[in-house]
Amino acid sequence: MSSSTATQPYVPKTRVGKVTDYVDSRVGGSGIVKEFGRKIFPDHWTFMFGEVALYTFVILLISGTFLTFFYDPSMAETHYEGSYLPLRGVEMSVAYASSLDISFDIRGGLFMRQVHHWSALLFVASVAVHMLRVFFTGAFRRPREFNWVVGCVLLILSLAAGFTGYSLPDDLLSGNGLRIIDGVMKAIPVVGTYLSFFLFGGEFPGTAIIGRLYVLHILLIPAVILLMIGIHLFMVVLHKHSQFPGPGRTNTNVVGYPVGPVYAAKAGGFFFIVFGVLAAISAAFTINPIWNYGPYDPSPVSAGTQPDWYIGWVDGALRLMPGTLGPNFDFEFMIPFPWGDNALSLNVLFPALVPATIIFALMFTWPWIEAWITKDKREHHLLDRPRNAPTRTAIGVAGVVFYCIQWAAASSDLIATHFLVSLNDVLYVLRFLVIFGPVIAFMVTRRIALALQRKDREIALHGRETGRIVRLPHGEFIEVHEPVDDYKLYKLVSFNSPEVSIPRADANGKVGLVDKVHGRVSRFFFEDRVAPVTPRELEESHHDHHGEVAGAQDREAITSR
Amino acid sequence: MKALSQRRRHPLAAVALLLMALLVTGGIYAVASSANEAKAQAVTFTANDVEEGGKLFAANCASCHGMGATGSDAAPSLVGAGAASVDFQVGSGRMPMQMDGPQAQVKPVQFTDEQVGQMAAYVASLGAGPAIPTDEMVDASEGDPAHGGELFRVNCAMCHNAAAAGGALTRGKYAPAIDGTSERHIYEAMVTGPQNMPVFSDANITPEDKQDIIAFLKTIESQGSPGGAALGSLGPVSEGLFIWVAGLGVIIAFTVWLTSRSS
Repeated sequence: MSSSTATQPYVPKTRVGKVTDYVDSRVGGSGIVKEFGRKIFPDHWTFMFGEVALYTFVILLISGTFLTFFYDPSMAETHYEGSYLPLRGVEMSVAYASSLDISFDIRGGLFMRQVHHWSALLFVASVAVHMLRVFFTGAFRRPREFNWVVGCVLLILSLAAGFTGYSLPDDLLSGNGLRIIDGVMKAIPVVGTYLSFFLFGGEFPGTAIIGRLYVLHILLIPAVILLMIGIHLFMVVLHKHSQFPGPGRTNTNVVGYPVGPVYAAKAGGFFFIVFGVLAAISAAFTINPIWNYGPYDPSPVSAGTQPDWYIGWVDGALRLMPGTLGPNFDFEFMIPFPWGDNALSLNVLFPALVPATIIFALMFTWPWIEAWITKDKREHHLLDRPRNAPTRTAIGVAGVVFYCIQWAAASSDLIATHFLVSLNDVLYVLRFLVIFGPVIAFMVTRRIALALQRKDREIALHGRETGRIVRLPHGEFIEVHEPVDDYKLYKLVSFNSPEVSIPRADANGKVGLVDKVHGRVSRFFFEDRVAPVTPRELEESHHDHHGEVAGAQDREAITSR
Repeated sequence: MKALSQRRRHPLAAVALLLMALLVTGGIYAVASSANEAKAQAVTFTANDVEEGGKLFAANCASCHGMGATGSDAAPSLVGAGAASVDFQVGSGRMPMQMDGPQAQVKPVQFTDEQVGQMAAYVASLGAGPAIPTDEMVDASEGDPAHGGELFRVNCAMCHNAAAAGGALTRGKYAPAIDGTSERHIYEAMVTGPQNMPVFSDANITPEDKQDIIAFLKTIESQGSPGGAALGSLGPVSEGLFIWVAGLGVIIAFTVWLTSRSS
């Protein structure tokens, strides 16, 4: 655009040029375009889940704005007079009545409600998958630790956005969810009832909660999410995108397409693809049919009452927790205080808080935990293949299993009816698995990762098995191995493989406690290790297998081995 | 009065008094319990029905329920079970029971309507029980679906699900999905409490209220799903499963397509 020199100011000739130059000389757009337009993004399908999350968030803003035009967050009582016959004349809150009006009496309202809700489910799902990708490829390592933390905050915010939105229709299903929140709050000793009364503006359900959740849902939480997305993307630009190792890809470059024009077009197109997929789903599949559930009333609880998928694991943890152990032990303790006894109801508090605390605490601190174990302070812009970090991958899978068992427990009743098994047995099995499943998953995953590394090593050294069996003139059968090309070979041999660091004695000849612990942990992490193929090994193997590779033609080469 | 005071020390006075007290208590109890009982304008049976039903019963039911339907170790007595109970259990295919288990499974109906009626007549002849409702009593078009919906959510949804899609109970028992169940069977299930279901007597839910519940169930069954495919009406679990498998699956297919040209 304004490629002017110092001596001769640029004079645009065309109309468009004049307008562009007018704007550019005032806002300096060309500098921004120059910087951002030439930002390189590598191409890999697993890098696109963050984009999906961003686009679903945009769709949520658009569809949500439409819904706010017609939704009324009032808990005042009314009698429904809309066009849905099975609820005509039923007493309900204005919030529920307006949700029903959006569904049945406002043109396109039901579609927009379904777009909003399906987008919310996909939003949290894509955030989760994006984080799993980042974790398993080691993209949280220096310099991206803070961005990982911002991502964790975004996950929690998206859960909060989801939950506050889930409660707004004030139907029976969402009211049951609020009742559980109320119960968990009241289980907190001493201050529990105060907290609950504070949130609900009196005894549950009160007449304040919907309005309060509405403000959180449409104002505070989206604003903080937007802020966090801004920080998140700023740091992505600052750090540049990470990439998988490959020929020509190093720790100091990024190989891919620039934003302008290729990536901008791709990303813009992808936005419409995501929107299109969600619109198609929303047009064809119903979600949260609030008319089925009826208005909220604290007395009934419907069978099959579950939260949306992302809160399911907390619901599952509550279902997994036994109410009592044997006839006498009920997990409830009375704590004596000067003003009397206060109950500590661990059978609610423990499942509601402990698994979530474990998962989030580990998630937030993991970049520093791993850096402490590996003592690796270098910058990493090249990603790990999950198999090349067996212990990290195994811990990640253990966490996923821990989460998924609780998630499955939230649908224990549906597992029971749909697989024709006893509900009690489902819970017993899941209780066992929630404790031992992660351990089993850890061991199995680490073994699989190591086995895959060994397979990679085998292929790097001896080539790919072609499945072609050749009989040599002297009667011996051999399978022909084909050496992999240099691109594949690079992928198989170029990775870091840390070794166990042995604690060293200090000046006094003593090993400090921290060093001892570090030595133990380091051994746990890196004791089982498949070393990457060295150039020397490659050289030797090429020598050895020349005959095998060449096939049966060269009998001399084989027999002279 | 004089005669009474003269004979109050008679040796048999205590016996007479006891008899009178028993009569009064029993009478009150009989009146009270019959008020609680679902009284339907009986669909009438002929003596021939009862006789044929007895034969069918002996051939198909007596091995568990005993000759004369007096029960055995394997199955309860059916004296007083009523015609409605037989019409529901046999007419819906639950009886004769396919196998022992937490509760009787639904299977194809084994008898013609006439035979079911004959067995119902036989069981009804053994002792008074809930009768088969008439067509007018279960006419969904006469009920108020909105009121029925409220009653359904309060009394039924905790087991059968708010959308009547069914739900799990303990130890392999379950509340079945209700869609496709006939109006008469819904009514009979309420008055007889089959399997693990409680009895909803006429004192608990009046016949008019029962009709409203039937109207509600038939309305949501016939209206279809306004928002598109209902995904089993199972709520957030099937929705979550759908977005993870189908939604994310399609998105992943697109991401692979979009990035397939390079490297």
